[in-house]
Amino acid sequence: MSYLNELYQQVILDHNKRPRNFGELEQANHHADGYNPLCGDRVTVYLKVQGDVVEDIRFKGVGCAISTASASLMTEVLKGKTVAEAGAVFKRFHSVVTGRSTDTSDLGKLAVFQGVSEYPVRVKCATLAWHTLQAALDGKADTVSTE
Amino acid sequence: MRAAANISTIRTPIKSFDVDRIRQDFPILKQRIHGKPLVYLDNAATSQKPQHVIDAITHFYCNDNANIHRGVHLLSQRATDAYETARIRIQKFINARHAHETVFVRSTTEAINLVARCLGSRIVGPGDEIVLSAMEHHSNIVPWQMLCEEKGAKLRIIPITDEGELIWDEFEKSLGPRTRLVTIVHMSNVLGTINPVAEMVQAAHSRGIPVFVDGAQGIAHARVDVQQLDCDFYAFSGHKLYGPTGIGVLYGKTGLLDSMPPYQGGGDMISTVTFEKTKYNILPYKFEAGTPDIAGAVGLGAAVEYLETIGFDSAIAYEADVLTYAAEALASVPGVRLVGTAKNKASVQSFVMKGIHPHDIGTIVDEFGVAIRTGHHCAQPLMDRYRLPATARASLGIYNTKQEIDILVEALSKVSEVFG
Repeated sequence: MSYLNELYQQVILDHNKRPRNFGELEQANHHADGYNPLCGDRVTVYLKVQGDVVEDIRFKGVGCAISTASASLMTEVLKGKTVAEAGAVFKRFHSVVTGRSTDTSDLGKLAVFQGVSEYPVRVKCATLAWHTLQAALDGKADTVSTE
Repeated sequence: MRAAANISTIRTPIKSFDVDRIRQDFPILKQRIHGKPLVYLDNAATSQKPQHVIDAITHFYCNDNANIHRGVHLLSQRATDAYETARIRIQKFINARHAHETVFVRSTTEAINLVARCLGSRIVGPGDEIVLSAMEHHSNIVPWQMLCEEKGAKLRIIPITDEGELIWDEFEKSLGPRTRLVTIVHMSNVLGTINPVAEMVQAAHSRGIPVFVDGAQGIAHARVDVQQLDCDFYAFSGHKLYGPTGIGVLYGKTGLLDSMPPYQGGGDMISTVTFEKTKYNILPYKFEAGTPDIAGAVGLGAAVEYLETIGFDSAIAYEADVLTYAAEALASVPGVRLVGTAKNKASVQSFVMKGIHPHDIGTIVDEFGVAIRTGHHCAQPLMDRYRLPATARASLGIYNTKQEIDILVEALSKVSEVFG
């Protein structure tokens, strides 16, 4: 059960149960829809970017614990960061959940997702919100798909 | 015939169904997953293969492999015999009137595309309608949708009840002057519902409408007699029937198959070719262009032989008993809600757990060695009907036991514990 405990850490379970920054953001000037056709998970990410700073960020959608917690923690971590910093965090997060890096020292709370690397099919769950964030910042109109 | 019949891995017929003996026939079931015995409950996705099927394929490649229907040499004759013997075994298994009504294809999906293309494009025109149900798999929606887009026709959907049964009155109402075809799933891969195909065929035929049956699940969990059903087409894949992947069957009535143009052009589907004109081969070869999956057909023939030898009727009766047990056991787990509770159903039990996404259920029970499917099961319109993004699904084969259901239930209590 050790891998399982790594995957479903208390922080993840908590954010799944009580997602932070959940719901629409009225003053959003960027948003995008994400969809994982494999499991039916859907997420919409809303951003209010002033200059190059993410002043506010919220999300809504339905998904598994990994995908919901990932979206929730993403909003917490990125609020106040610059767009460039957000991109850099995603890059680091991505390399950890895919197992390409084991160094989580600079990831803060997001380090709890390291367990995902033991479950390759769940990587898409962990990254859906992030891909959607990227699309929102890039101003893409189409729904982002993990496929 | 020589290919499969020489192999003696089939045990003598069993009077009463002995699941422990059956399990011995499936080598994959002997392994452990995450240190636990494998509990394989994903049979609706694909079934495991008995040693008899594996041996038949190996035997074919070791002894009889050659191309079929051409060489004068002995090997080619043996390969042709093995391929055609498989066809006859399958013909008998589904009780088709003629062997040539059993066309080898790659899969159920290919069979549906074949009929949509070769029959659908002839009989469907602008404003016409194709009737299908709310519980169809994507493979029995999309090929018809593509045809409708091309022809300016439309799909009419038969609604279902919350329990997962077709609403008969709505079905009858959907049959109108513009209906050109009814296409219906025999058994739902999500709900387990077995549809009243024979009655539906009767209702459609009384209005002169042909009926296609998607038997991808039905073939492995119900006794199929195509003459009794009187359907015009019945399609299934080998791999859900304990046979290999890559081979499937399209059953069609002679008259309709004869009326249809070939699906693909190539070798084996012709009788004479000149640069001016090609004369097509007779049934079933008209629809079997190119070198087919010969070993796959031999393997599927062996699967059917295996099922008849162990007693297919007693096997599916046994499986039905385990399903009843599974439905009751799952329903008793706190927080679990069953999806699909039709009176007439088989093999499949979908369920959801309050506040827990099916993917999380699937990952956790996997740690217990339990393989279930989670997701939309290629039936998104059906998920929309139940307002669910996904379900967890346990689907049984002839080798599953009540003890395995107990292991699933125990694993689900761990799921509740993690998310408690």
